[in-house]
Amino acid sequence: MNLTLKIWRQKGPQEKGKMVDYKVSDISEHMSFLEMMDVLNEQLVNSGEEPVAFDHDCREGICGMCSLHINGEAHGPDRGITTCQLHMRMFKDGETITIEPWRAKAFPVIKDLVVDRTAFERIQQAGGYISVNTSGNTQDANAIPISKHAADEAMDAAACIGCGACVASCKNSSAMLFVGAKVSQFALLPQGQVEAVDRVKNMVAQMDLEGFGNCTNTGACEVECPKEISLENIARMNRELVKASLIKF
Amino acid sequence: MSGFFNSSIGRKYAMALSAFFLIIFLVIHLAVNITSLFSEDLFNQLSHFMGTNPLIQFAMQPVLIFGVVFHFIMGFVLELKNKGSRNVKYAKNNGSANSTWMSRNMIYSGLVILAFIVLHFIDFWIPELNTKYVQGDMSGMLAGEEGFRYFEELQHKFVEPWRVGAYIVAFILLALHLLHGFTSAFQSVGATMGRKKTMKNIGKAYSILIPLGFIVIALFHHFNH
Ligand code: HEM
Ligand code: SF4
Ligand code: FES
Repeated sequence: MNLTLKIWRQKGPQEKGKMVDYKVSDISEHMSFLEMMDVLNEQLVNSGEEPVAFDHDCREGICGMCSLHINGEAHGPDRGITTCQLHMRMFKDGETITIEPWRAKAFPVIKDLVVDRTAFERIQQAGGYISVNTSGNTQDANAIPISKHAADEAMDAAACIGCGACVASCKNSSAMLFVGAKVSQFALLPQGQVEAVDRVKNMVAQMDLEGFGNCTNTGACEVECPKEISLENIARMNRELVKASLIKF
Repeated sequence: MSGFFNSSIGRKYAMALSAFFLIIFLVIHLAVNITSLFSEDLFNQLSHFMGTNPLIQFAMQPVLIFGVVFHFIMGFVLELKNKGSRNVKYAKNNGSANSTWMSRNMIYSGLVILAFIVLHFIDFWIPELNTKYVQGDMSGMLAGEEGFRYFEELQHKFVEPWRVGAYIVAFILLALHLLHGFTSAFQSVGATMGRKKTMKNIGKAYSILIPLGFIVIALFHHFNH
């Protein structure tokens, strides 16, 4: 395939960026989107230009590093996948593909397509943990009875890889799907009850502090999330916050 | 709880509560108005009751006004905050790939409804206040004639086509506002029932039937006076 790429180039966090056009040719439709980006970068390096910076690590859909807003959608047009799992067969020969970084005030651009997602880390640190006795007398988690239903739902919530596609897709740059998943994963399990009240309060407070927007339930996040995290997790977080605020205000 | 209502989620909660209130109000309002289609008498009596009952006038009405004002001011506040959360826009954004038009344009459907509410106040509410509390005529009677004034006034308002047109446009926008808003409000208060099929269908039925009812009333009086 031959493609025209419109890519956001920005030298650094303070620099002004702009969209730049590139051409790539002989792209195999079996390639992943990131492999196509590798081809472009090889081309740029060979011609003495600065390669396009983009995030990636595992390249198998589990780390959450790869990002990219492709043709107006987070992780491109396919569903339930990350950009490293996106295949070039989703595009047509001769197509123009627009590639932008995640856009959110809370995710500032570091360089080109790389954004700073440490806001998510700070939200996690505010409450996304449980206290476990590590003195050698740790109770076997399997000894605590948990219903199948709760275990399944907690597992689904825990599938969130913190990629930020929810924020990128949301018209409000809201992080509520991410935070909802992180709150739910513990709220559903007995191990999460000890810190339940402080967890939801602190994580929501940190989320607000980072400058993410308010959810208006458009559901865009759920559609674009590579792990298909359900909006029910946002509803659960809302309930958890009401509960926590009634218990401790 | 003060911390709660200052949080992003608390604000959404308050937004949804005011919306639920408006949803219930619309049912009552339509129930009263719909009687004007088949019984001039019943409509007059209900209007007189609503317009003179102290509990409704001095308890429910202020709550309603507060509910409406709170809803749109909070709507603006949230919209501004949300716009500010993305300081650089996407060059290309395919919103329709993952969300409905209604959900992305609540502020615009809301603004049209707000403009309508202003017109509606000028049409009915301010003249009511003037008659009742400025001129002190609490009788609800027609000046110099027999019978109640409410039905006459209602018919009179829908003579001009532009006004009927404005009402119809506003109610279509209200339907669009509710097609997202109804189930969204459940989600905001953490009730997942809003995502169940039955509730979605109830939401659709409500969002279409209520505005349609008001449209029918406006058209009926336009063609029958
Ligand atoms: C009688 C009239 C109205 C009714 C029945 C109504 C109903 C609703 C409902 C049910 C919601 C969803 C609430 C939620 O998701 O939690 C909503 C949201 C909204 N309304 Fe209204 N509304 C009305 C008038 C207005 C007006 C006049 C405005 C003025 C701008 C407005 C602006 C908004 C906005 C911006 C939202 C989205 C906010 C959000 O989801 O966070 N609405 N409305
Ligand atoms: S909820 Fe989904 S889209 Fe959001 S960070 Fe987690 S995996 Fe990514
Ligand atoms: S590179 Fe790890 S998820 Fe894509």
